[in-house]
Amino acid sequence: MIKTDILIIGAGPTGLFAVFEAGLLKLKCHLIDSLPMAGGQCAEIYPKKPIYDIPSHPEIMAGDLIKNLEQQIAPFQPGYTLGESAVSIEKTEDEQFIVTTDQGTQHQAPVVAIAGGLGTFEPRKPPLENLKKFENQGVNYIVKDPEFFRDKKVVIAGGGDSALDWTIFLENVAESVTLVHRRNEFRGALDSVEKVQVLKNEKRIKLITHAEVTALKGSEKLEQLTVTQQGTTIDLKCDHFIPLFGLTPKLGPIAKWGLKIEKNAIVVDNSLDYQTNIPGIYAIGDVNTYPGKLKLILCGFHEATLMCQSAFKRIYPDKRNVLKYTTVSGINGFDGSQKQAAKSTIKSIE
Amino acid sequence: MSEDIRIFLTDRRGVRHQLLAPTDMQMNLMEVCKAHELPVEGTCGGMALCASCQCYVNSKHLLSEPSDDEEAMLAEAFHVKENSRLSCQILMTPELEGLEVTLAPND
Ligand SMILES: Cc1cc2nc3c(=O)[nH]c(=O)nc-3n(C[C@H](O)[C@H](O)[C@H](O)COP(=O)(O)OP(=O)(O)OC[C@H]3O[C@@H](n4cnc5c(N)ncnc54)[C@H](O)[C@@H]3O)c2cc1C
Repeated sequence: MIKTDILIIGAGPTGLFAVFEAGLLKLKCHLIDSLPMAGGQCAEIYPKKPIYDIPSHPEIMAGDLIKNLEQQIAPFQPGYTLGESAVSIEKTEDEQFIVTTDQGTQHQAPVVAIAGGLGTFEPRKPPLENLKKFENQGVNYIVKDPEFFRDKKVVIAGGGDSALDWTIFLENVAESVTLVHRRNEFRGALDSVEKVQVLKNEKRIKLITHAEVTALKGSEKLEQLTVTQQGTTIDLKCDHFIPLFGLTPKLGPIAKWGLKIEKNAIVVDNSLDYQTNIPGIYAIGDVNTYPGKLKLILCGFHEATLMCQSAFKRIYPDKRNVLKYTTVSGINGFDGSQKQAAKSTIKSIE
Repeated sequence: MSEDIRIFLTDRRGVRHQLLAPTDMQMNLMEVCKAHELPVEGTCGGMALCASCQCYVNSKHLLSEPSDDEEAMLAEAFHVKENSRLSCQILMTPELEGLEVTLAPND
């Protein structure tokens, strides 16, 4: 069981900054995120795009914003459970919450801050009739272990970076790789596009463009699929079909935690501390809603700050606390590191 | 202030709405839908990166050609037809008065 003071669900910009504000109050944090890396939308959707409305950054790349946040919070040594989704929550008799992930990892904390943004990112699934039937029976949306595809006939669909990257990678492993895309133009790193061109020229992969997968067949497992290319159909023998059409966020299991939900977001008390209808559970950043809510990074930062103050009072009801400026108090990392404003030099003039 | 235009939009349940859209606010159709609280996600905020705002254009209005980004996204979207467009790429201009669109299914 992982134990912490504030358990943060979602390692987007809001969740990351909450670690900093909690650290100033000497509260430890642990972050859970279903993505394999921190950064939320900034990392998953637009890492290489600029943001212009972060106060004091006239321009910053979304990916750099996340890198800076990770650096800023490092002294407070947050724990991470990455690549796992928080699926259930229960409250113990002594007012602790236990949050369990889809992989069974358990976390315990007196305060839970949901910073889940638009939700967990789930693969976009093509509208094919028996897609569900073949899920994990030949249809895979992610490549966890490439060895799984060794000596198998693989068909990949999609036109972005992941479709290209996995085509290149699996060509070495699988018996055959076929890439199917609706155009012959790919939006991915130039380098990957060129590599796939070479693989195609050398007949090491099969590329079918202006085409899409239109049917899946097989008794128990996927055995064959149909590709429709400008009106004509091609049947391909296939062990695995990997549709790679990007990810889309879904609020997911959190919607069933008994929290008040409106417009796909968690209702919070914004006049006070961003607490939900369940005392001890807060919701901050894109995942919450209140009158006048704006889904902006700077708003998430503000909400995270107020949440931490309230969490402190909840965890230490008898401790008095006053706001301290970081310039005055410096940063005392849990790792022993210290940052302090330089003392002014005072020297007399004789 | 220039006058608002009317957009006729059929939602995913087949209900037709008349939306009033300003043409001097640099608004696109996805934003107009959101402003009218229609169930359009617009996850990527209008960068042609997600296709959650896909619509079918039913009237004969002359729209600007789709950009490379929009073409690429449509090539990875589902339920795409000849008249598919990403509504976030349709900027509200006076010429679009009376535009008829239908929301594409969300996956
Ligand atoms: C293309 C684009 C451009 C943008 N431009 C700007 C801009 O210029 N300025 C601005 O201020 N904002 C901008 N935004 C919005 C900004 O990115 C969001 O406001 C911000 O990311 C919200 O941060 P967050 O931490 O609240 O949520 P998110 O960034 O969405 O992170 C939430 C995290 O929670 C995780 N999660 C959710 N549920 C679970 C669960 N059950 N278990 C485990 N993990 C879970 C998700 O995997 C995700 O990583 C933009 C967004 C996009 C898509």
